[in-house]
Amino acid sequence: MSQSSTEVARQSEPEGGGVYKASVGARHVMNRIFTLLLLVATCVGLVVLAILLVDVAADGIPEIDWHFITSFPSVTPANAGILPALIGSLWLLGLTALFSVPLGIGAAVYLEEYAPDNWLTRLIEVNISNLAGVPSIVYGLLALGVFVQVLGGLTGGRSIISGSLALSLLILPVIIIATREALRAIPETVREGGYALGATQWEVIRGHLLPMALPGSLTGVILALSRAIGETAPLIVVGAAAYVTFLPDGPRDRFTAMPILIFNWVEQAQDEFRLLAAAGIVVLMGVLLLTNSFAIWLRNRYQRRY
Amino acid sequence: MAVETGSGVKSDPQIWRRESRGRVIRERIVKGVLAACAYLSVLTTFGIVLVLLEETLQFFRKVSIVEFLTSTTWTAAFPGPSAQYGILPLVSGTVLTTAIACVVALPVGLGAALFLSEYAPVGLRRWLKPALEILAGVPTIVYGFFALTFVTPLLQDAFFGNSLYGFNALSPGLVMGVMIIPTVASVSEDSIYAVPRSLREGAYALGATKREVATRIVVPAALSGIVASFILGISRAVGETMIVAVAGGTLAQLTLDPRQSIQTMASYIVQVARGETSRGSITYDTIFAVGMTLFVMTLVLNIVSYLFVRRFRETYE
Repeated sequence: MSQSSTEVARQSEPEGGGVYKASVGARHVMNRIFTLLLLVATCVGLVVLAILLVDVAADGIPEIDWHFITSFPSVTPANAGILPALIGSLWLLGLTALFSVPLGIGAAVYLEEYAPDNWLTRLIEVNISNLAGVPSIVYGLLALGVFVQVLGGLTGGRSIISGSLALSLLILPVIIIATREALRAIPETVREGGYALGATQWEVIRGHLLPMALPGSLTGVILALSRAIGETAPLIVVGAAAYVTFLPDGPRDRFTAMPILIFNWVEQAQDEFRLLAAAGIVVLMGVLLLTNSFAIWLRNRYQRRY
Repeated sequence: MAVETGSGVKSDPQIWRRESRGRVIRERIVKGVLAACAYLSVLTTFGIVLVLLEETLQFFRKVSIVEFLTSTTWTAAFPGPSAQYGILPLVSGTVLTTAIACVVALPVGLGAALFLSEYAPVGLRRWLKPALEILAGVPTIVYGFFALTFVTPLLQDAFFGNSLYGFNALSPGLVMGVMIIPTVASVSEDSIYAVPRSLREGAYALGATKREVATRIVVPAALSGIVASFILGISRAVGETMIVAVAGGTLAQLTLDPRQSIQTMASYIVQVARGETSRGSITYDTIFAVGMTLFVMTLVLNIVSYLFVRRFRETYE
């Protein structure tokens, strides 16, 4: 559209025309340049992402084999594997989901369905949006001070539980916000229909609102959990072990995780370890790609307009 | 609610009443449990403030607050009688990487937001937006690896040669900027989206080109939201940890030269936390004092950003 109008502007411009007409041509040229600049701006991120993926894949994929997945870390790069980190990340994922999903959905239901409109509710809302902006490493310090030091007897100190509690608090705001949006999208008629049949508020929530909000809420949950899998900083502060040659026995045991192991390998001077780090990243990104595609599929499959 | 009848029908109303009371109690319990979930978020904030405050006070018993805020040397990683605890080098490292990230993220993010909302056809937009959002989902350790093993060598070969240190502020700053693009773009786009069509159409009717509408009508009208997105982006950059921890080095020095090794507040915490530091030692206390500074800085930024967002919501929605 802008192209044709530029052509028109140029054609209709007489030789040595007035100031006004000359500026029309210049303005349309500017318009084109600007459009191009915006397109470039949009593509910058995508191009970098593509380079990043290709770079990591080129380094990492040749390193991945069955031995890499099923072996323990080692000081000799050729023997090193990711097994304890993989298991540790699965533990963290499971416990974080166990803690954060009920708490997050519960808080969202309360704020959306029950909470009176008063200063206390507004305080909670402001507080949640604020917590979403707190740097992840600060959650690590919170977990170090509370779950590792004060409640160390309960959690086992620098354990899987402490790590997953830190991650749970970190992703709670994301789950709450996603679930609230899903609940808000349900029309009021659904609630009124339930009440008209004599259902109590909780029966309406359990029987109608939660099932209807589930796809939206679940999308938020999966995205939040995939963020938790990739988090490094809070786990380092909580005290994830850098070099682990055992599998955790239970949730109160010490642990390592995929991002921690990758960080450790990146820090090694030898190039072989950098290649291993790339391989670890490929595995991590593969898991994230799977979970995120699942979330998008879920959203597209069940997304309803009311 | 319960049906009170006379002596006529006995069993039915009683069953009804008993169940009804059970339902009332259950409703109350459910509401209480759900409310507790919501209040937990307040508890989390209190927890953060209390933990940080307690250990920070411990720290200030050993080191004066004046030294902490004004001294220009930070040697806390090597505790001893001559150790100095001035946070300025860590702040300068943080400001430097944040500034570099902003140079990338703010114009590019705003440009992407304008393109998505004003220029891109609907079909293209449906693909571009999620694709951009992938950038925010990549784990930061991956960005760190990329900055260290790809961007730094590239910058050395192409521009700086050996004057760029292997660990430097420039490379993690640039990569961090790319990471923040989606944050800036998505909040900006929300506010641009909220600008009424009539404003644009008025400008077109006066003969404005698309660029003029975008830069002179849409951007000023959405300004408070755009500013909010910028501040949110800055806050992300200030708190970002792993990219700098991997590619920025561990040398806390007061410099604004992007080619130098630096240390940010967050990457200092990581450096200390990786070693075994026992509770009660001054090194242990420093990470909380630094964490407190970081927390306060991001809190202020988040609150300012929130105020700006509220302003554009109030204006157009």
